Amino acid sequence: MKFLCVDCDAQMSFAERELPGDGTLAATFTCPTCGRTVAMLTNPMETQLVASLGVQIGGRKVPEQPLELTRSAMEGGRPDAFAEEKATAPGHPRWDDAAAERLERVPSFVRGMVKRIYTDYAQERGIALVTTDVMDRARRELGLEGM
Amino acid sequence: MKRIRTYHELEGTDRSDLGAQVGAQRERIEARLLGVRHVVAVMSGKGGGGKSFVTAGLATALAGAHRRVGVLDGDLHGPTAARMLGATRDSLEVSEESVSPGLGAAGVRVMSSDLLLAEGAPLRWKEPSHDRYVWRGTLEAGMLREFLSDVRWGDLDVLLVDLPPGTDRLDALVEFVPRLAGTVVVTIPSDASYRAVRRAVEVARAASVPILGVVENMSGYRCRACAAEGPLFSGDAGARLAVEADAPLLARVPFDPRAQGAVDGGSAAAAAEILSGAARALIARLEAA
Repeated sequence: MKFLCVDCDAQMSFAERELPGDGTLAATFTCPTCGRTVAMLTNPMETQLVASLGVQIGGRKVPEQPLELTRSAMEGGRPDAFAEEKATAPGHPRWDDAAAERLERVPSFVRGMVKRIYTDYAQERGIALVTTDVMDRARRELGLEGM
Repeated sequence: MKRIRTYHELEGTDRSDLGAQVGAQRERIEARLLGVRHVVAVMSGKGGGGKSFVTAGLATALAGAHRRVGVLDGDLHGPTAARMLGATRDSLEVSEESVSPGLGAAGVRVMSSDLLLAEGAPLRWKEPSHDRYVWRGTLEAGMLREFLSDVRWGDLDVLLVDLPPGTDRLDALVEFVPRLAGTVVVTIPSDASYRAVRRAVEVARAASVPILGVVENMSGYRCRACAAEGPLFSGDAGARLAVEADAPLLARVPFDPRAQGAVDGGSAAAAAEILSGAARALIARLEAA
């Protein structure tokens, strides 16, 4: 999918993706010539159709996690179906209490996967402590609204 | 009116590049299965023919013959393979890139939706409540894809994929695993089964999937007390399908209440004994190809 600024005859650049949490998706594109921004808004059906393929509008920003689609889309999963392997790598970020508490609110079936996404985000940026601010930043930057 | 350039006329990349994302998913499967010598589908055109019993028996027989075996339970809605193989419901270990499979009693690696679902919970998706039919099939194909690509199968001689009744999941499997070695077709003797399974054979043929052999299950009844065999169903579907598919009839398996009861209880040893000849023939066929 590409977006063209007709006035400038220039391909618009993908800017941001947002998942408002109501099943819809918003992706914004900006014209590099005139700066005009447009938003592509997809309804829940269109959003779900793309999500069902395990692909992401705007491109994938974090590597696909193991059983990502299954773990995020399946209902009725065993809370103890998965156990995270213990992290052994040095520099593994710690979680402060508020961030850990927020993580606890994520459904248990996908919690491990969500934790890894935030952990990877922190590690890649040399962040030693995951806080709620770090989580918010990661959600914005990685397009993970709703996680 | 100003002419609008087409998609292909725009030189910039497509940031989403959904085609490339789907391509990456396929490459992930290929990479994961590098250590798997043969991927074999076990299929039937109908339910109730004992396909999962045959899968568990073949897998356990192959393991008993010192083959490294995995079973992917493709019957996502009616998963039985994990329990038939005696896999415990311990938590599956998740690493950065993969999930450990469950481990059956005979050392068979197994992945099944049964290992993920809460006791008694049906497979459901968190999709919007309307128009579910639109994407349910896609989600199920996605689950099958992830079972192939994200489970730490390791080095295996044979990965058996126990397909659900019907034919549509075979098409998905062929797309995910183009080097599928072939399929074992399971039927019961009856004419009704013959007609249903024959359609499945046609689907396999159309997809250029070799028929490695036919197993006729419930070919008679084996007495629990004296082990004498008597008739159960009329018909000779196994032999007819084998001729039509130009494939060997790997086994005619009597219904043995002891073997069935043991499999339901998590021991496929008796089923393996019954299917040991079929397992030997299957491996010979695979290695000759």
